[in-house]
Amino acid sequence: MDQFTFTIDGQTITAEDGMSIMDAALANDIYIPYLCHHPDLEPVGACRLCGVEVDGRPMVMSCMTPAKEGTDVRTNSPAIYQARKVAMELLIMDHDMDCLACEAADDCDLLKVSAYLGIQPEQLEGLRPLGRQLPIDDSNPYFQFDPNKCILCGICVRTCNEIVGLGALGYINRGIETVVGTFGDKGFVDSICESCGECVVRCPVGSLAPKKPQLAAREISTICAYCGVGCGIHFGVRGDEIVSTRADRESPANRGSLCVKGRYGFNFINHPDRLTTPLIKKDGQFVESSWEEAITLVADKLSNYHGEEFAALTSAKCTNEDNYVVQKFTRAVMGTNTIDHCARL
Amino acid sequence: MEDKKRTILICRGTGCESAKSPQIQAALEEKVQGLNVEVKFTGCHGMCQQGPIVVVEPEDIFYAHVKLRDVPKIVESHIKNDEVVERLVYEDPTTKEKIPTYHDIPFYKRQKRLVLRNCGQIDPENIDDALARDSYAGLGEALKMEPVEIVAEVKKSGLRGRGGGGFPTGLKWEFTQKAAGDVKYVLCNADEGDPGAFMDRSVLEGDPHAVLEGMIIAGFAISAKQGYIYCRAEYPLAIKRLQIAIEQAREHGYLGKDILGSGFDFDIEIFHGAGAFVCGEETALITSIEGNRGMPRNRPPYPANEGLYGKPTLLNNVKTYANIPLIITNGSGWFADIGTENSKGTAVFALTGKIANSGLIEVPMGVTLREIIYDIGGGILDSKEFKAVQTGGPSGGCLPESFLDTPVDYDSLIEAGSMMGSGGMVVMDEDTCMVDVARYFLDFTEKESCGKCVPCRIGTKQMLTILEDIVEGRGKPGDIDRLEELAHGIKIGSLCGLGQTAPNPVLTTIRYFRDEYEAHIYDNACPAKQCKEFISYHIVDSCIGCGLCRRNCPVDAITGEQKELHHIDQELCIQCGECYEVCPPKVFSIEIHTGEKSTEPEPVLQVVTG
Ligand SMILES: Cc1cc2nc3c(=O)[nH]c(=O)nc-3n(C[C@H](O)[C@H](O)[C@H](O)COP(=O)(O)O)c2cc1C
Ligand code: SF4
Ligand code: SF4
Repeated sequence: MDQFTFTIDGQTITAEDGMSIMDAALANDIYIPYLCHHPDLEPVGACRLCGVEVDGRPMVMSCMTPAKEGTDVRTNSPAIYQARKVAMELLIMDHDMDCLACEAADDCDLLKVSAYLGIQPEQLEGLRPLGRQLPIDDSNPYFQFDPNKCILCGICVRTCNEIVGLGALGYINRGIETVVGTFGDKGFVDSICESCGECVVRCPVGSLAPKKPQLAAREISTICAYCGVGCGIHFGVRGDEIVSTRADRESPANRGSLCVKGRYGFNFINHPDRLTTPLIKKDGQFVESSWEEAITLVADKLSNYHGEEFAALTSAKCTNEDNYVVQKFTRAVMGTNTIDHCARL
Repeated sequence: MEDKKRTILICRGTGCESAKSPQIQAALEEKVQGLNVEVKFTGCHGMCQQGPIVVVEPEDIFYAHVKLRDVPKIVESHIKNDEVVERLVYEDPTTKEKIPTYHDIPFYKRQKRLVLRNCGQIDPENIDDALARDSYAGLGEALKMEPVEIVAEVKKSGLRGRGGGGFPTGLKWEFTQKAAGDVKYVLCNADEGDPGAFMDRSVLEGDPHAVLEGMIIAGFAISAKQGYIYCRAEYPLAIKRLQIAIEQAREHGYLGKDILGSGFDFDIEIFHGAGAFVCGEETALITSIEGNRGMPRNRPPYPANEGLYGKPTLLNNVKTYANIPLIITNGSGWFADIGTENSKGTAVFALTGKIANSGLIEVPMGVTLREIIYDIGGGILDSKEFKAVQTGGPSGGCLPESFLDTPVDYDSLIEAGSMMGSGGMVVMDEDTCMVDVARYFLDFTEKESCGKCVPCRIGTKQMLTILEDIVEGRGKPGDIDRLEELAHGIKIGSLCGLGQTAPNPVLTTIRYFRDEYEAHIYDNACPAKQCKEFISYHIVDSCIGCGLCRRNCPVDAITGEQKELHHIDQELCIQCGECYEVCPPKVFSIEIHTGEKSTEPEPVLQVVTG
């Protein structure tokens, strides 16, 4: 890929063809405030915060503008600051600022940009509270949608279109009434939403948020145990309890995505009913046993059967390698082709 | 009995149709049977308030407000006995003078009708009528030219986009022509979402072939094979006439394969828009045709390079296309001679508001606002004082009297803080509260914002809320500065033209009528005496005690004996103004006061003794 240089705030930057000014800036640790940009998604230029000056041209959206060889980019100017300040003040006045009760308070881009711009409560005086009070959609078992916190960055809409490929979300109404919603404005649970939560993790504020999230003390990186895809996953833990999940962006299997099970289906791990050792029925009662005892028992019993007397059904929760071994065993050892898999359902 | 051949033209624009002009046409047709008379219908004449309009040719007689029952009279007196029906002749609303001949009416005399050349003159549903007035002659000539020559002609003409932005049309054609790609599209913007605007509708209803011809020439010039007209579904008559025109053009070989034997193929389809103002913005319009929610997107890329379905696309306004055939037939030099240095040709306006003659007008670029308002529009209604004129649709600016001599062209209007827009012109008189006007326009743009970007979606609402507070008595010191700050932030921060221009009415009213804002905020007064919160009605001594006001007051706030001075109870009065309306003009005993309510709480009365 062709490389070229240009300057941002006087600093010479090397960029690659196809990079936006924003991409190049972020790759070089130069911060430009933004709310609607997301590295996984096509830019839209909706929040209007990332304006920069290019060769003296005022207010070009850096997320939408390709970086160009030899240009002189300024990330701030009195006019740009003024436009950002107005946009930010407007957003704050239209936002439910009950931050203590917000699931995103520890990681909220609205607060971050506001702090960057140095917005002070006094300066909001004279602006009118718009006082919209829209109902919260908590129909989904795993997450909720609070339109009163939504900044309409469109990240969720684009995520569902571009990453998930489902298109469950869109915009409804016009003007200040515009909201993100599902087709026919039915709740999430009655829409085509698959609850994968890809939108939830990308929402930069607390509008789409998991229900009752807990902040993890540390993270453990592992592979999701749900199926053979082998998604890379970081479990957030407190002591020996898993309280959160995060997809591994580096994993080639899932590149930062998870499905509903991997993301929200981990509470079985600490569940009291969870099987942690094999059980053998003795005198009508299940009794805990060792793996060795269990495997020996099964092997003994299987040796009494052969060919069409036997059939195997494997699970999508096994890895490809496990499944390969089972079919090999079924054909070579048990002498039958009668093998199937639950994912064929 | 007179035997000369006559033609009776009945206007069947949307306005006249809703006033029963089709029935008038049918009745006329029946009555003139056996006479040497042709009865035809036409599109709009532009003076809809005079409708239904009937014109008799060759005498050029203009009958206004014609009713079904007037038909026998017109036939008996005018057609059979050569006597013009005086009673139905146009009457000038200011001078009350009767003016029988169409082209002597001042409203028309000062106009220059190029785009509207055939409106009111031809039957829009009959291509032969259009052909008799040289429709498609421009196409014939264009097909003999090289595409680059056509583009050069359009460039030389100096024509600029009539959709509001005023971008040089020839340049846009050149960009699209030069854009790489086998598939290209020609789009016509007939969305016309500005409230009160009906310029494009009138052209489509009155002379659809002019638009088709312009689009076909454009298609040939940029090598496109398909055109779409994006017309709002609220324009059923325009859509119907366009559809008929498209079919007739196909039958005559002006559309379809191998147009006029040139080997050039081109066809046009109509796309029905759902009526969102923002869908008139070019990228939103394109997104809407593609089947998505009409939301503007960032430019570049411009439609000329990446438009409909990602292909190079030429998008022009209805009137821009309607100008093209004239430029090709008469030459770019002829066109460039009309208008001013940088704004060529004519401007079409929908003139409305407190003006004697409202309607659709077309004037050469460069005439002054004064000429339009006073010479064509006949001045302010009811001999009130002129206060302001707003040009450019809901996002235009309001200009005061000192700007009346501003020439009407793209650049002068921008310089004055307003814009040409797509051609709305609203005239306001002394009884207009400028703060309320700003509120009114912002109420429109706020609701029509597509919701995509922050400054426009939330900023217009924030400004609207402050303006509502000001007109309803909740204004605060600092509000004017705050409005200006928001306005500038929205103008520079918004993505599309809607947000970038929405604050104009507020900025211009603050600039030219700041004292009115201050009066509302600091003096509890509405100088125009319009905002209910700040006015009170009072009956003065000249009252004759007729009791009209008392009987009409909806809340029984007025008391008084017959033939005695009446009185309004201020506690009960809801400022509806009914009493002011009904008090006999000769008596004129009701006064409106403003600025009398104190901002401070009522002082507690103290009894002082000693
Ligand atoms: C909010 C908004 C509404 C618009 N509405 C219209 C419209 O109704 N008709 C129109 O021709 N242009 C409209 N425009 C302008 C178009 O974006 C575009 O500039 C124009 O159609 C180009 O044609 P022209 O070059 O012939 O003027 C609108 C622009 C904005 C920002
Ligand atoms: S819900 Fe979140 S991601 Fe979606 S538009 Fe609103 S703020 Fe953006
Ligand atoms: S300026 Fe307004 S209408 Fe235009 S894109 Fe932004 S929100 Fe939509």
